Amino acid sequence: MKKFFDDVLTRAKKFYSTLLATLREIFDEAAYARFLNRAGMVSSSESYAAFRREFEEAKMRRPKCC
Amino acid sequence: MNKPLVFLGWGVVAVLGAIAVGTVALHRGEPINALWLVIAAACCYSLGYRFYSGFIANKILGLDSLRATPAERLENGRDFLVTNKWVVFGHHFAAIAGPGPLVGPVLAAQFGYLPGTMWVLAGAVFAGCVQDFVILLFSVRRDGKSLTEMAKDEIGRVGGFVAYVAVISILIILLGVAALIVVNALKASPWGTFTIAMTMPIAVLMGVYLRRIRPGKVLEVSALGFVLVMAAIWGGQYVSQHEALARAFTFSAPALAILIMVYGFAASALPVWLLLAPRDYLSTFVKLGTIALLAVGIVVLHPTLHMPALTRFVDGTGPVFAGKIFPFAFITIACGAISGFHALISSGTTPKLIARETQTRMVGYGAMMAESAVAVMAIIAACVMQPGIYFAINSPAGVVGQAPATAAATISSWGFPVTAADMQALAHAVGEQTLYNRTGGAPAFAVGMAHIFSHSLGGETLMALWYHFAIMFEALFILTILDAGTRVARFMVQDALGHIYKPLGRTSWYPSILATSALIVGAWGYFLWQGVKDPLGGINSLWPLFGISNQLLATVALCVATTIIIKMHRAKYAAVTLVPLMWLVAVTFTASWHKMFDPDPRVGFLAQARALAAGPTSGATVRLIFNNRLDAAVTGVLVVMVTLVLAESLRQWLGILSGAREVRMKESPFVRTRFVEERG
Repeated sequence: MKKFFDDVLTRAKKFYSTLLATLREIFDEAAYARFLNRAGMVSSSESYAAFRREFEEAKMRRPKCC
Repeated sequence: MNKPLVFLGWGVVAVLGAIAVGTVALHRGEPINALWLVIAAACCYSLGYRFYSGFIANKILGLDSLRATPAERLENGRDFLVTNKWVVFGHHFAAIAGPGPLVGPVLAAQFGYLPGTMWVLAGAVFAGCVQDFVILLFSVRRDGKSLTEMAKDEIGRVGGFVAYVAVISILIILLGVAALIVVNALKASPWGTFTIAMTMPIAVLMGVYLRRIRPGKVLEVSALGFVLVMAAIWGGQYVSQHEALARAFTFSAPALAILIMVYGFAASALPVWLLLAPRDYLSTFVKLGTIALLAVGIVVLHPTLHMPALTRFVDGTGPVFAGKIFPFAFITIACGAISGFHALISSGTTPKLIARETQTRMVGYGAMMAESAVAVMAIIAACVMQPGIYFAINSPAGVVGQAPATAAATISSWGFPVTAADMQALAHAVGEQTLYNRTGGAPAFAVGMAHIFSHSLGGETLMALWYHFAIMFEALFILTILDAGTRVARFMVQDALGHIYKPLGRTSWYPSILATSALIVGAWGYFLWQGVKDPLGGINSLWPLFGISNQLLATVALCVATTIIIKMHRAKYAAVTLVPLMWLVAVTFTASWHKMFDPDPRVGFLAQARALAAGPTSGATVRLIFNNRLDAAVTGVLVVMVTLVLAESLRQWLGILSGAREVRMKESPFVRTRFVEERG
């Protein structure tokens, strides 16, 4: 029984982390984290502004479906 | 798992699916429960994914998990990035799911629930999912190239040019029709207009929070924005009851159209990310949340569908839009069954994120199945209403009359009883002055959604709140599509103009930004204005035009896919893309012919122009005549261009199959993945 609950808990944790990762990707939080990592910066008002400048043009070119 | 058990499991799914599809298709007379549609869809998708997409993946495409994808080979931390398959799935679904799978099925419900449901299920499993899957894989094997680049490389210059023009045309028509849906949903609705207006200061507040208080915490601020939007919806009822405030937020359709055009221009030309980016996030947040909520609501409530399986309007005399079930049901529902626009997403961001080829099946085929499920939910939302109410909301004044009593009498005479008192009670329940002539699909969907939500959560007292929540949800993400689409089209035009005069191609050169933004907004604004002024409500002419252009783009995508399959020496399996291609050619070309040359003025653009010319002449009539001729010309140009791509493709196929033409495929060379050990 304990094994069963452990298994369920592990799966639930995995589901939660995948869902969170998906949402972070859709909402560009992951892209910002990658930007900080690549630029060697810490999160701040300035670094977020720099990220938006770099990211905006690429994002603007992506079509959204009807 | 042991084989007989698996066999038995799939056998049960197949039998259950057959019973559900049979019930949906053959049940007549008594209303049917929506769960039959849900079960039929779930079984069809499961079988389609497990067997049909498996067959395509193994027998035709030969997905190779050892082959490195562009995300791995060209990884740069920005565009190209190895990403978890579920994350890519979510990202891809968020990009392909728009208002199309919600609006199209609602409009097509005028034929009854059966034609839309069957087309959504069969179209998705055999055409839409296949298109998205194969285009995604072919783009992955070509370093993430776009559809227009692949069309140029594999079919020839004509293919590339036509794909480019088709994309621009679709964008313009889509933006025009999307704006019209918002106008029709918000006209004379102070509550709805107030809520949408409030999303602007909320978005700016979110922008300041993101920039100054908690940089980059988008999920957190989106949740906060959502709470504020809900507060705005709540506050909207007081605005609608306050005389002066209600007057300030009540706009006519032409006034709203002008405001939306100004908004579109500002969004494209001005550096207003503080407003647009947070609104985009808010819109995505609301969209994903609402779709999930609607799915839960349908399963919990499992409502009864009051719309019959087939209505008398299969003969082409429908009030929502004119035209027979074939071909018009199949161009009215594009997204949800097959949408050419998806090929742009499948050859855009997504191929650059795929970690291994084998994941293209789940992302390409699977995400389209999810979108198709959204379309099934829209059919359910439209069909839970009494048919009389559905037709009263969706029929233009030009068809049923302006006065409530006349409209109700006309609709009742079709065999769908409704009274002016019913409509007044419903309008009162949702906090509106009237629900007549709300063409465009969005208000009808909102009423259906409010019905489902209020019956599963909150009861009748919350009906008005749920209705305005649904209107806000639709208007918000249509406006997001408007600003994103205008910018994408502006970039495409700038790229093309850059070949003529270099500075015009610079996306930071202001004269070019202003000129191209004005050009794009002027183009879709023209279609919007035409729709607003159309006595038949605009949707009758614009939605089919959008459907035709979208399906013609799918035709181009399937030409590219078939060409590549033949070049891969898999000609014996080419039917998987060739059959949907032939179906789309039959549908789009027949629809185009009807829209151009049908002698019925409600169907044919030229017939309507002739009918108007025969009547009394005024400034408005001259403009309507011109608009009809323009719509006919646009349809004609699109058809001619796609015919050229078809002819060019056919020449390629015959040349290759007869051995007269050398096979030249522009695939990236095989590189073995460095993750091979990890993959075991």
